[in-house]
Amino acid sequence: MMKFGVVVFPGSNCDYDTFHVLQNVMGQETVFLWHKDHDLQGVDCVVLPGGFSYGDYLRSGAIARFSPIMREIKKFADSGGLILGICNGFQILLEAGLLPGAMLRNKNLKFLCQQVNIRIENNRTAFSGAGKKGQVLRIPIAHFDGNYYAPPELLSELEKNNQIVFRYCDRKGQLTEEANVNGSVNSIAGLINRQGNVLGMMPHPERASENILGSEDGKVIFRSLIDYLEKKKGTGKKKTVRAVRPAVSPLPPLIGTF
Amino acid sequence: MIDAKTLADHNLTREEYDLIVKLIGREPNLTELGIFSVMWSEHCGYKSSRVHLKKFPTRGKHLIQGPGENAGVMDIGDGLAVVFKIESHNHPSYIEPYQGAATGVGGILRDIFTMGARPVAVLDSLRFGPIDEPRNRSIMDGVVSGISGYGNSFGVPTVGGEVYFNDCYAQNPLVNVCCLGLARKDKLFLARAHGPGNAVIYVGAKTGRDGIHGATMASAEFGEETEHKRPNVQVGDPFKEKLLLEACLEAMSRNLIIGIQDMGAAGLTCSTTEMAAKAGTGMEINLDLVPQREAGMNPYEIMLSESQERMLIVAEPDKVEELQRIFNKWDLDAVVIGKVTGDGQLKAYFQGQLVIDIPVEAVVDLCPAYRRPAATPAFLKKATRLRLPEMPSDLNQVFLQLLASPNIADKEWVFRQYDHMVQVNTMVLPGADAAVLRLKGLKKGLAITLDGNSLYTYLNPRKGGQIAVAEACRNLACAGAAPIGVTNCLNFGNPEKPEVMWQFKQAVEGIAEACRQFEIPVTGGNVSFYNETEGKAVYPTPVLGIIGLVENTSLVPAAGFRAAGETIILLGENKAELGGSEYLRLVFSEEKGEPPTLNFEKEKRVQECCRQAIMAGLVRTAHDLSEGGLALALAECSFKGQRRIGFQVKLNDAIRTDALLFGESQSRIILVARQKNVRKILALARKMKVPARIIGQTGGRKMVIWHRKKKVIDQPLDLGFRAWKNAIPDYFKIKKN
Repeated sequence: MMKFGVVVFPGSNCDYDTFHVLQNVMGQETVFLWHKDHDLQGVDCVVLPGGFSYGDYLRSGAIARFSPIMREIKKFADSGGLILGICNGFQILLEAGLLPGAMLRNKNLKFLCQQVNIRIENNRTAFSGAGKKGQVLRIPIAHFDGNYYAPPELLSELEKNNQIVFRYCDRKGQLTEEANVNGSVNSIAGLINRQGNVLGMMPHPERASENILGSEDGKVIFRSLIDYLEKKKGTGKKKTVRAVRPAVSPLPPLIGTF
Repeated sequence: MIDAKTLADHNLTREEYDLIVKLIGREPNLTELGIFSVMWSEHCGYKSSRVHLKKFPTRGKHLIQGPGENAGVMDIGDGLAVVFKIESHNHPSYIEPYQGAATGVGGILRDIFTMGARPVAVLDSLRFGPIDEPRNRSIMDGVVSGISGYGNSFGVPTVGGEVYFNDCYAQNPLVNVCCLGLARKDKLFLARAHGPGNAVIYVGAKTGRDGIHGATMASAEFGEETEHKRPNVQVGDPFKEKLLLEACLEAMSRNLIIGIQDMGAAGLTCSTTEMAAKAGTGMEINLDLVPQREAGMNPYEIMLSESQERMLIVAEPDKVEELQRIFNKWDLDAVVIGKVTGDGQLKAYFQGQLVIDIPVEAVVDLCPAYRRPAATPAFLKKATRLRLPEMPSDLNQVFLQLLASPNIADKEWVFRQYDHMVQVNTMVLPGADAAVLRLKGLKKGLAITLDGNSLYTYLNPRKGGQIAVAEACRNLACAGAAPIGVTNCLNFGNPEKPEVMWQFKQAVEGIAEACRQFEIPVTGGNVSFYNETEGKAVYPTPVLGIIGLVENTSLVPAAGFRAAGETIILLGENKAELGGSEYLRLVFSEEKGEPPTLNFEKEKRVQECCRQAIMAGLVRTAHDLSEGGLALALAECSFKGQRRIGFQVKLNDAIRTDALLFGESQSRIILVARQKNVRKILALARKMKVPARIIGQTGGRKMVIWHRKKKVIDQPLDLGFRAWKNAIPDYFKIKKN
């Protein structure tokens, strides 16, 4: 079993959603990491969840990058630790310089909450290995600033290095203007760093991980991480013992420490 | 010092003023007058409505907390409780749509979490003037952005509601927000300042000059000069509210709080006096200690400010330090501003002077209640008389026209601006009859719906009230849920006008009767009067919020067709009823006639039959019939599935074809089932004495309805879909050069 840490910034609001899926659906040990802490508690993977850290004031993610825990997260990234940023988490990774590029407002200048289809462009990453190249995943988005932008030279570099992991597409996997709902350059929905250990994506895989909510496609991302870590640790899938699952409560636990 | 003009500015009558003098034994100073003015305003004091609201049934088997608290509470088993309430923010939303709507969301969220519950869903009922007017669109755009901006950031899913357009809302848009929270039954909190000597703690945002007299503003008609009422509208900060939520829930779970009340309408005034009055205590506070956003605020401004994101907490003195640690952890102020006393007075000091000294009971409990005169409106006689117009020759075209009616057309333009999925509980997305939330780790779930048809209430307020309750319950039945509790928002004109008072009284009685029939208690809600500008009032608009319990969430049917070749069953009877229909309004511009009849016994049987069929696992799709009638309900089923699926329906009823297709007879539900289950559903219906019959099949690329062997509707799926889907977004298209 792997240990995941979900960071809680003031204003994070998908923190418990992500925690719930990792712990109760994927069966992994999961802890909250309070933004004022300096300790990553020995986690194998850090997840920056969605939400409105610091109210998205100034710019989405612009203030969260100054939170104390971000220093540890940068060190963790430098040492090759796995970091997944979802939605606001992606925006924070951009602001923190852990991923290149920037976010603009959605092309229709409205908040968008809807199902989208994304195509796996590169399945040779720690975040997408459980999927097939070209596979279409149905996962929802919910954001105002998800219109990814990168200047042309950066863009060609990203394309060249296979750093674009997910693109918005239609049901059949075609890239169309209509399917690219927020207007991202080259339909980019998810992006990985050069070293391959930091990924940001706008769609919310934690919202598509249970059948009762309409889709389980988001599990591909979490499954990929678990598989990758298991392989790296050499535990092998078959040997892992399922930990006793904590009772699932309709209400979230208390978050953070003094 | 208190002259006639000052009284008029404070919306108090001479008689009310004399009563104040009698109650406090002297002339009030200006600050004290301000306090009475807000607490005795219609908005806070319910002075015109109280005598009628007593008619609502307020007892029920799931009830934990009825009216009189910040929100109602129902027991849902497993140690859990739901806390829910609806509130209006109509007046502010007209003056400043974005902030008006945003703070409407903020206010209702605080009402829920002040009781110890985590808000898990928001629904809103929005009513605007006709969408083709740019001014109305601009209000709608602002309101929707405001709800989206606040709710999304706070992290509560906005899971449904209604959007309706009518001329009568052009200068009086209605913004009603309903919130549902989840709490542990043993961790509920009330607004009580128990225990003299306990500390009174102010937490949250600082106090500014915004929103002074917001409640008083909402208690008068608007004239032409609403522009300069803008400063009365508060400004919301959803980020601060999110922190406040987490801090309050954490303090509650650590047992540090005796009583807690949010500072909503009437701010510090309301929270101090109400908490003391409800506990039979008094309170002494020092206004200099109140955290202030700007310098030079006087006692009047501090007491009456409606700055958002603030709470008042009463705690034992030795718990204060730990409380402050929790609030500091969430980067919030928590300041002791006074203490609970035993003398029943609210005393406030400012720069060493005693500036307020009034009995809390007088402020909170002795607000006069009026039995205002009521008289049947003159227009009713003419409005209810309906000579049915000749039936249009091309009903196929009328069908398209109705699909594109903003009242019926797809509201995705609105819903997709709301984060309706955060908290990962939303099973049924906005646009269905009722929203359904799963409860993590449990088999059961919650369903909730908002409903109200103001055209019916305009034509017959009593029946309109009854139908609103019946239809809301029917919406729940379509999700397989049984109703357990009610909250309502009653939006009316000026109650000083006997015609408005009559509408109010009738509607309340209708709602009360229906709630008694369905055996569901009213747990609270909100009355919004004075929805009237320059003498023109809104149609009487009661909005019902009803919550239901779903035993087994895995059996909840879809809102749309799921596959071709499935059987469509109609529960209930088609009658020749066109009065008050969207069809007459849209096609003939007639807002006339008697609303459809309602028989409670039949209605209850239809709903029970639907619920039982669903819980037996026999139903694939369920949809209630409402605006637009049978034809539009079928079309919605075609469009709302994962993919679009047509239908072939054959009808033989001996009534006018337009009434059959578009009439809005009550107590009807469409059920769709696999072939093998049809017989079981029909048998169940027979057993329950519910009229039920097979009317057709799903499938194909067309929507086809036959009436007595004549094809009366024949529309390609895509054409109908585009009319329905694009009607609203087309009005908001960004023009490209």
